[in-house]
Amino acid sequence: MSSKSITGEGGAGRAGDKIFSGITVTAGCLILFVLFCVAVFLMWQALPTFMADPADISGGGGFGRYILPLVIGTVIAALIALLIATPVGIGVALFISHYAPRRLAQGLGYLVDLLAAIPSVVYGAWGMTVLAPALVGPYNWLAENAGWIPIFAGPASQTGKTMLTAGIVLSVMVLPIITSLTREIFLQTPKLHEEAALAMGATRWEMIRMAVFPFARPGVISAVMLGLGRALGETMAVALVLSSGGLIASLIRPGNQTIAAEIALNFPEAFGLRLSELIAAGLVLFLITLAVNVVARWIISRHKEFSGAN
Amino acid sequence: MLDTTSALSRPGSLLTKNRLPRYTPWIVLAAALILGAALSALIGFSVTSFAIFTAVLFVLGGTVVTWIVEGRRHAVDRLATNLVCGAFLLALLPLVSVIFTVLVRGLPGLSPDFLLTSMGGMTGAVDNATTDNGTAVLGGAYHGIVGTLLITFWATVISVPVGLLAAVYLVEYSRGGTLSRAITFFVDVMTGIPSIVAGLFAAAFFGLVFGPGTRTGFVAAVALSVLMIPVVVRSTEEMLKIVPNELREASYALGVRKWRTILKVVVPTAISGIASGVTLAIARVIGETAPLLVTAGFVNTINFNAFAGWMSTLPTFIYRQLMSPTSPTNTDPSTQRAWAAALILIVMVMLLNLGARLIARIFAPRTSR
Amino acid sequence: MSKRIDVKDLNVYYGNFLAVQDVSINIEPRSVTAFIGPSGCGKSTFLRTLNRMHEVLPGARVEGEVLLDGENLYGPGVDPVTVRSHVGMVFQRPNPFPTMSIRDNVLAGVKLNNKRISKSDADDLVERSLTGANLWKEVRDRLDKPGSGLSGGQQQRLCIARAIAVSPEVILMDEPCSALDPISTLAIEDLIEELKSDYTVVIVTHNMQQAARVSDKTAFFNIAGTGKPGRLIEYADTPVIFSNPAEQATEDYVSGRFG
Repeated sequence: MSSKSITGEGGAGRAGDKIFSGITVTAGCLILFVLFCVAVFLMWQALPTFMADPADISGGGGFGRYILPLVIGTVIAALIALLIATPVGIGVALFISHYAPRRLAQGLGYLVDLLAAIPSVVYGAWGMTVLAPALVGPYNWLAENAGWIPIFAGPASQTGKTMLTAGIVLSVMVLPIITSLTREIFLQTPKLHEEAALAMGATRWEMIRMAVFPFARPGVISAVMLGLGRALGETMAVALVLSSGGLIASLIRPGNQTIAAEIALNFPEAFGLRLSELIAAGLVLFLITLAVNVVARWIISRHKEFSGAN
Repeated sequence: MLDTTSALSRPGSLLTKNRLPRYTPWIVLAAALILGAALSALIGFSVTSFAIFTAVLFVLGGTVVTWIVEGRRHAVDRLATNLVCGAFLLALLPLVSVIFTVLVRGLPGLSPDFLLTSMGGMTGAVDNATTDNGTAVLGGAYHGIVGTLLITFWATVISVPVGLLAAVYLVEYSRGGTLSRAITFFVDVMTGIPSIVAGLFAAAFFGLVFGPGTRTGFVAAVALSVLMIPVVVRSTEEMLKIVPNELREASYALGVRKWRTILKVVVPTAISGIASGVTLAIARVIGETAPLLVTAGFVNTINFNAFAGWMSTLPTFIYRQLMSPTSPTNTDPSTQRAWAAALILIVMVMLLNLGARLIARIFAPRTSR
Repeated sequence: MSKRIDVKDLNVYYGNFLAVQDVSINIEPRSVTAFIGPSGCGKSTFLRTLNRMHEVLPGARVEGEVLLDGENLYGPGVDPVTVRSHVGMVFQRPNPFPTMSIRDNVLAGVKLNNKRISKSDADDLVERSLTGANLWKEVRDRLDKPGSGLSGGQQQRLCIARAIAVSPEVILMDEPCSALDPISTLAIEDLIEELKSDYTVVIVTHNMQQAARVSDKTAFFNIAGTGKPGRLIEYADTPVIFSNPAEQATEDYVSGRFG
């Protein structure tokens, strides 16, 4: 052993290193390639839609006229979801990070995470059979008493399968995303800042406003953006819950449609140009969510550099 | 100033001045309950309106009482506390409601027959007869269970190696170059791809290569792996990052090559976390519905071949039973089947989540002294 | 078994930053050499260049020669992995592999390299290495228990056993006692004294008493200021360094006037 030289051996071993690192790089590049393919294949298959005579497109007014109401519907559904899920999600996160007793906090966190574990189709089924019928009464009441506001214009749907119901179901699905991300950020608030605020005689809420929120703001914004991305692309909740139709302002009447649900409902029977139309719609959805996610990630990464955390 | 000491020693002064006693919230709650019941009775009593009135009255009452006795700052604090706790209770409502609904509606339909028969030969006439005669609902979700397991299996087979190796590249080989930053960024972007778009991609890809309308279990598996890979990469990355550098150095110092160090020291140290991350990724895709609708189609019969023919899964089975019931006139049997399938699906997902935690605990390196 | 080390005009860089400048030193076989000096003076960096462990950090490179019995570690065609199986290393914090038993930890160098070894040879090697690390009597009843269950001092001796199991010629120790209590430290120091008969031992330490106790020769490293490279100031027999150093800086340091 002691007489062996430091040169001369190791050629074969080095090859192992080269091969293995080569394999890992390939796997990494494969991911980029897949994402590239997603974009390219969607564009390729969507192309006929953009080449076709506008009169042949569903609705007979060209792709722009076809997709615009769907985009608006998608945005409306996502906005309703966020309007509900953002305050509740932040509240839940605060409850777990700063209000709940320490020993319970982790268990309660798991409980909220369970919301994320329930499959979307089950949420859809729940929204369709439990939530929608339960909301018929409130919708009627809204139509009677607040009907002068366009979004509550009657007559209210008698099945409850409306945009507002879909938005509420979506908000339940988005809630765990917002909660888990903001909770992590709230927990990272420097203890020193919190204690400094409390030592000045601040109440718990004042401490949260002085120390926790300023620290967590970028993280909360990006969490909401990621929730938005999820809400925009969620399919089943809308497909099952919404009784779809043309674009209308009222949220408690049947009508409106989102891109994802439009694809899910029509794709199984689609062929030819209709297929291409739906894929083009998917491409639009892809671009919208891509933009939202890129912005969210950008906020997170900028925040990371700023805070010096890794 | 003279009597400061005596003031401090006396209960109910200076430090405890203008403070409400500890039991105040309970009194406010009792008052809110009574008033809430009364108000609810005015408009026709219902549990929902009772709960809403009580909650609003409790929050308002607590704030007002605190304001009067303790001042504005404490009132705002009390309001915030109540709202935060309220948000948590509100978030639990759908969870409880969903689980309750699935249990109550799913359990009656659950039977060995349901688990072991498919929908082959089931027509509207059968369901009509069932309803008319009041006999047990026939048909089951066996084909869906088979499809779900097969498709998830293939998705895992594709995603785990790719995700694992990419994470190894990111943590062990890349040195913060452009490629690694691009991969990290796009993996993040990929986590945000709508599931239906992943389905469309797989459908478009296979449609272009194998002819339009190619729908098999494997196409669905490809769609699911687009959703699964980023989850695997992210969780594996996190786990590899927390392996102490000292272990890598110890291995290098023994004259062990880098790839062996990674495979025999780094990955085994992190394996519990990686395995639980993979399990969670499976749990995430097993309940996906939208991509399966556009890639695997749906059939009523059993298909064991993921590479040919349409394939049903539990999620699409639920969806179809609800959206286009087997018998359009008597939908109850279909609804019952849908909820029973939903119960199976939820049990599967929960077991996977539970399994992930168990794996993390059991296989964690024993570091206890 | 033990080999001599000759370093000629060695510069160590991190990227463009010159961390250690112009070190030349001759380390005798079967001796203990201690590196002392203030924090950040480059003594650990220099130690790691002796088995090319510095290359693990991105951007680190050296100029100059390190000769192991006349063979240049940085010569063309030399594989750093092979170098490390000749020059073993023990780290500041004990780092047994948490997934392996005590026995597997000792055999790690053999098993991780996929070398075949019969059970009896393996048993023999485990006993020999653990005995060499003064740990055999304490752990022979629980060889299959995880190595991370041992005390800090035992873990460090396990790491030494692991290092000598691959039969190196040189053992480098980077502040091996700084994370240990005094009693464990004593055990390690006794062990270093015994290791000297078979290996060339180089030890980095912050503790001057330790250097005085265990080493035959001592090298003092220093830096002129932050951002400046570390240099070898003085290298001589240990008694000389501690009682009659040639350089003023050495005397200031060993007498506790700075650092």
